[in-house]
Amino acid sequence: MDLTKVDAIIENYDGDATSLLAIMQDVQDQENYLPREAVNHISAKLDVPVSRIYSMATFFESFHLEPRGKHICTVCMGTACHVRGAQRLVEHLERDLSVKSGGTTEDLQFTLEEVNCVGACALGPLVIIDGEYHGNVTSTRLTKAVKKLKTRKGGE
Amino acid sequence: MTVQFTINGVKVEAQKGESVIEVARRYGFEIPSLCHHQAVTPYGACRVCLVEIVKGGRKKLTTSCNYEVLDGIEVVTDSEAIHKHRAMVLELILAEAPDAEPVKKLAAQYGVNVSRFERSDTEMAQERHDCIMCGLCVRVCTEIVEVNALAFNGRGYNRGVGGPYLEAPQSCIACGACAWVCPTDCIGFVEEDGMRKVLKWDRELPMEKDENGRPIAPKFQLHYFKEKFGLPADIYKKAPGSR
Amino acid sequence: MALISNSAKLRSYREELVDKKNKEGKKVVAICAGTGCNAYGSPKVVAAFREEIEKQGLSDKIEIKPTGCHGFCERGTLVLMHPEKQLYQRVKPEAVAEIVEKTLKGGEVLEEHLYDEPNTGERYKTEHEIPFYKHQERLILGKNGEIDPTSIDDYIAMGGYDGLTKALELGPDAVLEEVKKANVRGRGGGGFPAGRKWETCKNAPSDKRYVICNADEGDPGAFMDRSILEGNPHAVIEGMIIAAFTIGADEGYVYVRHEYPLAIERLTIALAQAREWGFLGKGILGTDLDFNIKINRGGGAFVCGESTALMASIEGKVGEPRAKHIHTVVAGLHNKPTNLNNVETYANIPLILDKGADWYISKGTKGSPGTKIFSLVGKVNNTGLVEAEMGMTLRQIIFDIGGGIPDGNEFKAVQTGGPSGGCLPASKLDLKVDFDSLWEEGSMMGSGGMIVMDDKTCMVDVAKYFLGFLKFESCGKCTTCREGLRRLHELVTDISEGKGTEETISLIEELCDTVEAGSLCALGTTAMNPVLSTLKYFRDEYMAHVNDHRCPAGVCKELITYEITDNCNGCMVCAKRCPENCIAGEKKQLHVIDNEKCIKCGICKDVCKFDAVRIY
Repeated sequence: MDLTKVDAIIENYDGDATSLLAIMQDVQDQENYLPREAVNHISAKLDVPVSRIYSMATFFESFHLEPRGKHICTVCMGTACHVRGAQRLVEHLERDLSVKSGGTTEDLQFTLEEVNCVGACALGPLVIIDGEYHGNVTSTRLTKAVKKLKTRKGGE
Repeated sequence: MTVQFTINGVKVEAQKGESVIEVARRYGFEIPSLCHHQAVTPYGACRVCLVEIVKGGRKKLTTSCNYEVLDGIEVVTDSEAIHKHRAMVLELILAEAPDAEPVKKLAAQYGVNVSRFERSDTEMAQERHDCIMCGLCVRVCTEIVEVNALAFNGRGYNRGVGGPYLEAPQSCIACGACAWVCPTDCIGFVEEDGMRKVLKWDRELPMEKDENGRPIAPKFQLHYFKEKFGLPADIYKKAPGSR
Repeated sequence: MALISNSAKLRSYREELVDKKNKEGKKVVAICAGTGCNAYGSPKVVAAFREEIEKQGLSDKIEIKPTGCHGFCERGTLVLMHPEKQLYQRVKPEAVAEIVEKTLKGGEVLEEHLYDEPNTGERYKTEHEIPFYKHQERLILGKNGEIDPTSIDDYIAMGGYDGLTKALELGPDAVLEEVKKANVRGRGGGGFPAGRKWETCKNAPSDKRYVICNADEGDPGAFMDRSILEGNPHAVIEGMIIAAFTIGADEGYVYVRHEYPLAIERLTIALAQAREWGFLGKGILGTDLDFNIKINRGGGAFVCGESTALMASIEGKVGEPRAKHIHTVVAGLHNKPTNLNNVETYANIPLILDKGADWYISKGTKGSPGTKIFSLVGKVNNTGLVEAEMGMTLRQIIFDIGGGIPDGNEFKAVQTGGPSGGCLPASKLDLKVDFDSLWEEGSMMGSGGMIVMDDKTCMVDVAKYFLGFLKFESCGKCTTCREGLRRLHELVTDISEGKGTEETISLIEELCDTVEAGSLCALGTTAMNPVLSTLKYFRDEYMAHVNDHRCPAGVCKELITYEITDNCNGCMVCAKRCPENCIAGEKKQLHVIDNEKCIKCGICKDVCKFDAVRIY
């Protein structure tokens, strides 16, 4: 990645090491994940050990150390969604995408993730696909939505 | 500043800032612990050192390693409740460290010889091998040796300890302090074939020899000390007595 | 130079705003643009209204205003027409042209967009007539339906920042007395009186103090804090400024979940406006008060809702709680006295200052004054955010406001307090809800999540769900929490799979005891509540799993079987969709599931249009 972008982010926070979490978040927002070279660069610039950054990156759920798929499917696992069958949707997507929850398909097309709760409980069970909320979703509708993305891939 | 309080009904004196466990041990009251060491900041991870503390008329169960002494508190180091909870904590620890002698011995003292919980068969658990997540290695590495090679990774039941990216930590000088302080002896520290090896972290470093050809310490470590303390360039060439 | 340099200026500024609005006399169409309605497609509805208004040349007569959450998420997208407060629900973009033509221009009521009560079919015209709203006391949430959260003028026009000017006139000591008298208790879960927190923080010797707003709303199924930040961010900012003034802090932080992008966006705008208008910065409203607020985005760790973990995270460290033998109000962020309250608590503060503590304590119960916002979700007809006076019964909240249980199913339990709370059965429905009563029954208020469960919800599965959540969210420091919760989850999983015995249950109880007694922070010390409360009130259900290897609710996969009944007309849809190809049957003949191969994914039941798939 272009490390000058990381420099710019660090600059935004005046190179302050207490803003480590925010700096890591901004880098991830830009790259979709936290590349190792960026971690090393932040470590050197802020004088924070790599071990601590890695520790933060694995402690906080929002960080990803591997590149993620082009399409991100996030299943809400809040209590309201749970009692309306969210777990079954995760299993369904695992089968449809041939990837375990938390993983990315080999062709880097899809990442399947879970989120604790996005607080759109009236629409549960809820799946977010590429930022778009699909409420009261059924396995049939999920299959259709995924198929649409898969075929779009072929057309590109 | 002096602080006065009681332990098991006995009046004791301590310095402000001391921890209950240290004072209790000084006065001969035994409190077991697996994550405490005087040289590093108390962490309160293992929960074995639970005691009862009465403060302002209210009794609560708390860890004694990170509880700073206060005037007028009443400390109880053993009771039925304390015994019961320590036994359960040790049973949980024993399940994950069934081969660690100090854990086995301590658990037996609390009547726990076999854990009712099965050892996890996950890859992670295999990797941990008797590690009880006490964090002593991490604290020694960051606070005493100050190379920050180690840290906790992940969280919850997925917590692990080691170098970044689960690889041999590049800032590790193979000093062995972590292996020395480890309560379950699960790190592994050997010198063979002119190499110093810290097994758990996969760190291997070639040794420097003195003028008589005897190995002193890893080159990388000596370099680190030389830089850190501004030692003369040829210091390690001389025999220990003449440095 | 700040726009508003003193209290008098604020008053005249407000008068101008109100005058202008009155003069324009525009009809306001408030369209809910909270996360829930956005998911229903609210942005498209807003766009359609704007386009139509433009097309019809009504721009000087009608204002289209996207607002924060109106609470009635079940019926989104919500369109509230002021001043009559006529409410259209489930509005789709296609319907907008007709609404503009007939209702806004013609004054005609379009029946099909009105709320219809599912049990009686009765339709209601205005918001306050609808039972869902009628029984609420919406002191905080009410403004969400009127304010454009991106406009500080809207907030000021409604009396915003008046609480602050009153506070500045009263002085810190008198404000503290007022907040203490109001006995406003922490809405984040603990219920600790905010006034006492403020007092200790104010009195702690230091040259520096911090004010933090905890918006790391982590309880699954709770979204009231998000909705306040999305809908009325200035109320929270104002509350924080008053707190800072009272205790003598000059720096503030809002720690907000990164999963709440819209809340972050609206808060960012609001903070920028507050700075520009002069409510933040140096010499606020001409006094010597200096105060600024920064946003910190959470990293996705439930444990960071715990104050010490949250502060560690702001300091750029891993969010691990530490022992609080010295409280954070004395030694918190960067070891300085720090006052931390949650979003809803801060939003209550301007009200208390504005209307007085006496007014405030006239609401709610003696021990828990005021209102509480609940997120009423799960198996309930009217899912949404509910603001009720403390002391309302669970029955009133779930049945009068919530409209009861859908599909004619029976109420089984309500889970309150999130992962730290418990499940209460039907016999507790007449419990008056406040901080203390819930605690006494083995549950807690928590942040106000209220998840309703019906007879199709398995309580063993619910306990398993929360333990699974908590074992994953534990920071991993304490043995009791890290290992204890993992083991509890294993044990409850055993029961859900029919592998448990009575000994499993007694080991669960024994282990719960130590997890509670031996853990450092509230995540661990309350983690046993979901399992203990379900054991207490639904032991029979556990025993059915243990003794009969049966899941009465038909949820636990290992203990259930799918079967096709005579209702099957042989349409073959299920057979085609079965991922394991384990449904046999010819066209127009009864299908049969091969239970050896069945993975119990439930797709056959989902796709069957003839209700022919049953769970045994």
